[in-house]
Amino acid sequence: MVEQISLITEQIPHLRRYAAALLADRDNADDLVQECLARAISRHHLWKPTGTVRTWLFTILHNLHVNQIRDQKRKPEFLSDPVGYEQHGELPRQENRLEVRDLQRALQKLPDDQRAVLLLVGLEGHSYAEVALIVDAPIGTVMSRLARARDGLRKIMASQSATDLKVVK
Amino acid sequence: MTHISSITENDIHAYVDGVLDKERCAAVASWLEAHPDAAERVQAYKDQKALIRDAFDAVFDEPVPIELTNEVLKSRGFRVAIPWPRIAAGLVLLMLGGISGWSVRDQWPERATMPAPIAGNALSAHAVYVSEVRHPVEVGVDQEKHLVAWLSKRLGKPLRAPGLAASGYGLVGGRLLPDNGQPAAQFMYEDVDGNRITVYVRRSLEARETAFKFTSQENASAFYWVDSGFSYALAGKLSREELLSIAEQVYKDLNQN
Repeated sequence: MVEQISLITEQIPHLRRYAAALLADRDNADDLVQECLARAISRHHLWKPTGTVRTWLFTILHNLHVNQIRDQKRKPEFLSDPVGYEQHGELPRQENRLEVRDLQRALQKLPDDQRAVLLLVGLEGHSYAEVALIVDAPIGTVMSRLARARDGLRKIMASQSATDLKVVK
Repeated sequence: MTHISSITENDIHAYVDGVLDKERCAAVASWLEAHPDAAERVQAYKDQKALIRDAFDAVFDEPVPIELTNEVLKSRGFRVAIPWPRIAAGLVLLMLGGISGWSVRDQWPERATMPAPIAGNALSAHAVYVSEVRHPVEVGVDQEKHLVAWLSKRLGKPLRAPGLAASGYGLVGGRLLPDNGQPAAQFMYEDVDGNRITVYVRRSLEARETAFKFTSQENASAFYWVDSGFSYALAGKLSREELLSIAEQVYKDLNQN
């Protein structure tokens, strides 16, 4: 268990980075990671050493996020501005940079399942097979989500930069 | 050359992600030369990927908030896994060491047991501040960036607060201290049970690295060393072994770049 603890601890920066990109709101992102860790710890006996601890943790985080989205859709009155920073003006920490803000805005416009795959591959460097495990989908589905996400993001950012009269590329 | 028609959308993405084998990669590259539209798209995907990494890598480099570390450490499984028999054995050894140390106390010249100045100062500062309930630190971890920038400025050399999450300690904050007329920095860490350790840092006149040295006083022990122009001392009320493993982590953490 002690060994697992340190394997889990090692993954926290990865989980935080992924959650920050997935959710845009840093506090929500850390809450999600915290919930993921709590669940991982309470269920560590369910971890089968077939995959890596890393894949296992990302699977837990992914499922929690999917549940959150489902709950939000069920209770639309709580679905306020999902990109909260647009109201509050300033983003926490380093996300103040204009380019980063554009990127976050664009990412939030992607469908959830596409954004997840895009970030798992592009940001966290999971293999396609690992992503298929994490999101529990056939690899073909993963590939098509990735393709749609990349193309979608390209188009969103191109139109954003056209509106903002700003070069993104 | 591979058949042009055999290049698929999946190949394009695998190419962007750099997961194709050499042969396939070359095939895609030459196909792209003949298809400028696709080549432009590939470049856009690559840029996009780099932009995403660039945007969020800062999150990865941030120190992990103590709530998250605690979430992992407070697990019951972790407590159960504490090796009590070994700790008990260690305590017995400590007591024996104390007794034999006491019995030979007059046989050793005082100088031999005098810790090096950095260790002495670090241990004094440790003793004064770890017991402080209301103001253990001057600047808390919530302003870590400011803390590190401030202490770096005062010490006149870029400084970092080592990450000790893997040892179960989260940063509480830090303070500036006088050390023989020179500024020194103290970072305080706490584990989930509220046990505190401190990392004491000051500029070093010695350019060369030194090995870890150990010293022990009544209420706490310290490992101290010199590395990259700084003198460090790690102080805590821990066994030599425990302290050494944390000192190694401090060293490792500060040297990973």
